[in-house]
Amino acid sequence: MDEAIRCTSEHEWVRAEEGFAVVGLTDYAQGELGDIVYVELPEIGARFEKGEVFGTIESVKSVSDIYSPISGEVHAVNHELEAHPELVNQDCYHAGWIVKLDMSDPSELDDLMTDAEYEEFISGGAEE
Amino acid sequence: MSQIKKTQLTSEHERLGGKMVEFGGWWMPVRFRGIVEEHQAVRSGAGLFDVSHMGEILITGPDALRFTNTIVTNNVEKLEPDQALYTCMCYQSGGIVDDLLVYRLPEGYLLVVNAANTEKDYGWIVEHAEGDIQIANESDDYIQIALQGPRAAEILAPLTDENLDAIRFYHYAKGDVTGLPAIISRTGYTGEDGFEVYLKGGEAEAARVWRALLEQGKPFGLVPIGLGARDTLRLEMGYMLYGNDITQDTTPLEAGLGWVTKLKKGPFIGRDALLRQKEQGLRKSLIAFTVEGRSAPRHGYPLLLDGETHGEVTSGTFSPSLERGIGLGYLSTEAQAREGILAVNIRGKSVPASRVSLPFYKQGSHL
Repeated sequence: MDEAIRCTSEHEWVRAEEGFAVVGLTDYAQGELGDIVYVELPEIGARFEKGEVFGTIESVKSVSDIYSPISGEVHAVNHELEAHPELVNQDCYHAGWIVKLDMSDPSELDDLMTDAEYEEFISGGAEE
Repeated sequence: MSQIKKTQLTSEHERLGGKMVEFGGWWMPVRFRGIVEEHQAVRSGAGLFDVSHMGEILITGPDALRFTNTIVTNNVEKLEPDQALYTCMCYQSGGIVDDLLVYRLPEGYLLVVNAANTEKDYGWIVEHAEGDIQIANESDDYIQIALQGPRAAEILAPLTDENLDAIRFYHYAKGDVTGLPAIISRTGYTGEDGFEVYLKGGEAEAARVWRALLEQGKPFGLVPIGLGARDTLRLEMGYMLYGNDITQDTTPLEAGLGWVTKLKKGPFIGRDALLRQKEQGLRKSLIAFTVEGRSAPRHGYPLLLDGETHGEVTSGTFSPSLERGIGLGYLSTEAQAREGILAVNIRGKSVPASRVSLPFYKQGSHL
């Protein structure tokens, strides 16, 4: 796992990059979901509050919401996922990123789990 | 749910790293390597399924044929001594108790029913028992392993003395597998060539056959398959799933199972209601459709015609073979008669759908 990321209890990760927040799904989450076949991406410019649903992700068997780890405006989305949603399975922390947010309050990052805290969270009986 | 049941192969699945889930009261693997990879293994090589959770009910006695024929919709009288058939079992209302296979065995008729329905079916059959028959629920005694895929016969052949070429589709032979007595049936739930092997025994016998097949199948790409790929494989063929596509509130005629409903064979439970329904016409029937894009229709999503709800999706998934969403659902007859734009309401979005003929996947090796 990447040292610089922060994670949510809903299994999103976020990484500050050039003033933006890049968001994706954790390795644990992609493993639990199995083969990802569709990622519904938000519109560029859409605003989301921390904890708000900004998209959905479908595996063969299930549909899950993706929650915004922090508040902000969608600056970019990973269009590669439209044709290749399996990138989330193959490289969830890099090629499988989902959105890039223009943060309204970067201090919100501090409320999220560090990678070490997240590791503990998922090994300590995270929801199925 | 009371106690979760395990099959004779549960420890094998755990050893192989299967992701285990509770399904219809059973502790079963939903996937091993991944649903798409397993799905493709069955379509191109072969896959091995533990289906020991299925129920087996044996009907014997002088009146076994007559009785069996009164509880199922298909005509059991037509069965050759080494043959099986697919059928429904109906309530008086015409609604479906279960869908099942009936094997004509030397000792009687073996009904292979859905795992979650075993107790219900057994109760229903006992309640309607007529004539000189015995009914035995042998579900706990049977191990059932399905070997499916275009390479299935090559994999099984070295492990049995039976001549597999002589077993035609929907026929069986009583033979041996790894020296253990077994029913070797050329049937399946995938659309591929393959076998369902029934044998009686416990964990030791189950593991022996399971491991021998996996070893023998290695050069042919054989891998263990979980319930996830079992579902995508069956849905690509348009095979029914009880509880989704067929229930006590749907009839075989509505489900497109008229081909296993022999209204002229003589009396059977549900026949009067089905005759009436046939005469009056169906109010809804099952349709098959694909959707645009990669988002999948799912059980319970509304089916729309020109934006209005006229039915509901009963099964839906992303199809690994077609690489798009596919589904089955009931659409009102009235809507079917109209010209209009079919769509599925996928979480609030109207996604255009196209009606197609079954099966969705037309290259299956048994076809």
